[in-house]
Amino acid sequence: MKIIATDRSGVSREIEGRDNWTLMEMLRDAGLPITAECGGACACATCHVYVEDGWYEKLPPKSDAETDMLDMALAVQENSRLACQITCSDALDGITVTLAPE
Amino acid sequence: MSSPIETDVAIIGAGPIGLFAVFELGLLDLKCHLVDILDRPGGQCTELYPEKPIYDIPGLPIVTGQELTDRLLEQIKPFGATFHFNEMASALKRLEDGRWQLSTDAGTEIIARVIVIAAGGGSFVPKRPPIAGIDAYEGKSVFYAVRKMDEFRDRDVLIAGGGDSALDWTLNLAPLARSLTLVHHRDGFRAAQHSVNQMRELVAQGKVKFHVANVKTLHGEDGKLEAVTLAGADKTEWRHSCDRFLPFFGLTMKLGPIAEFGLNLHENLVPVDTAKFESEVPGLFAIGDINTYPGKLKLILSGFHEAALMAQAAFHVCRPNEKLRFQYTTSSSNLQRKLGVA
Repeated sequence: MKIIATDRSGVSREIEGRDNWTLMEMLRDAGLPITAECGGACACATCHVYVEDGWYEKLPPKSDAETDMLDMALAVQENSRLACQITCSDALDGITVTLAPE
Repeated sequence: MSSPIETDVAIIGAGPIGLFAVFELGLLDLKCHLVDILDRPGGQCTELYPEKPIYDIPGLPIVTGQELTDRLLEQIKPFGATFHFNEMASALKRLEDGRWQLSTDAGTEIIARVIVIAAGGGSFVPKRPPIAGIDAYEGKSVFYAVRKMDEFRDRDVLIAGGGDSALDWTLNLAPLARSLTLVHHRDGFRAAQHSVNQMRELVAQGKVKFHVANVKTLHGEDGKLEAVTLAGADKTEWRHSCDRFLPFFGLTMKLGPIAEFGLNLHENLVPVDTAKFESEVPGLFAIGDINTYPGKLKLILSGFHEAALMAQAAFHVCRPNEKLRFQYTTSSSNLQRKLGVA
């Protein structure tokens, strides 16, 4: 599967995703500047991304914990998600995300 | 300012690794002072995930961040370390006699033979909203904490956020502000339900305004805020008059003044050797998530190991003329006396 990720300066790149890795792990592994301070525990809101191009609707819904944690994220939009809570799979091939500002 | 404190070791950071360093140093009779910007021990463990279980601490199949911190505090109790909470290590200089002088932003001065940086990801500081030019207003019209309530008396106060701080200060400042408006990106809150209920009651009484909106732009001059542009969920934007703005989005970690300590940092990490966990500056050690070396794993258990080796090396710096006697806590009555069990 592929992930199309845009960094905070607007540069897009394609990342090869791995099944069952989280989107946060894939972005971090690819060297994108995603803070992910808590390491994926849904405890810090520093892996905040905007899910673009209709992909937001295709994702499994947010858990209550993620909804709550997003209250601590900056510049939240309707298509905001925490990347540590999204698991890569073929169903998400082509998912397009932008790193939220921090 | 009081006179400087003299001790063996000053530890920057009271997270799990800084706490365990007290234990390892204490077994060697080295006294410690710890400085932490937070108001309590535990660092990330208690600030970010106090209730989350950790499964990879040897011998503790499951332990929460808070429990681990409590256990470590119990373990280091015999060594009587001194904690300086709510203080940020702000400057470090080497004295002529070779000792270090560590200063904090609260005016504390600690003179020590050894400095141990156990600062994790850096200092916890408030998250700053990505609004252009906000820095010009900080400390004048934009505040990330309420230090003096009077600062907000008879002001048009805008609060942003949906957590406990946002809700608590909405409730506390509403009676004395001229007007108080709360904005949040959704009509739902992670804050305690009774606070949310009280806020909604104040909204119903017309004493507080609430909008589902984000702050887009700040308007004003010379740090004096006059208004903000708010954007609603439907993208409509409007101008809202206010002269005080309190964004409450929790804390994040920034390296902070450690960057100015004269260390040759590698991607905001302190390179150390793996025999002593000493930086390239003699007497300045770094353990836990803040350091880097070939094969580094950011795990609490790795930090514990680093603390033990650091302590051995720190002993030689603090007691250059003494022989280090390596002993086990199981067999040494000397160590057991220090631990208060013999």
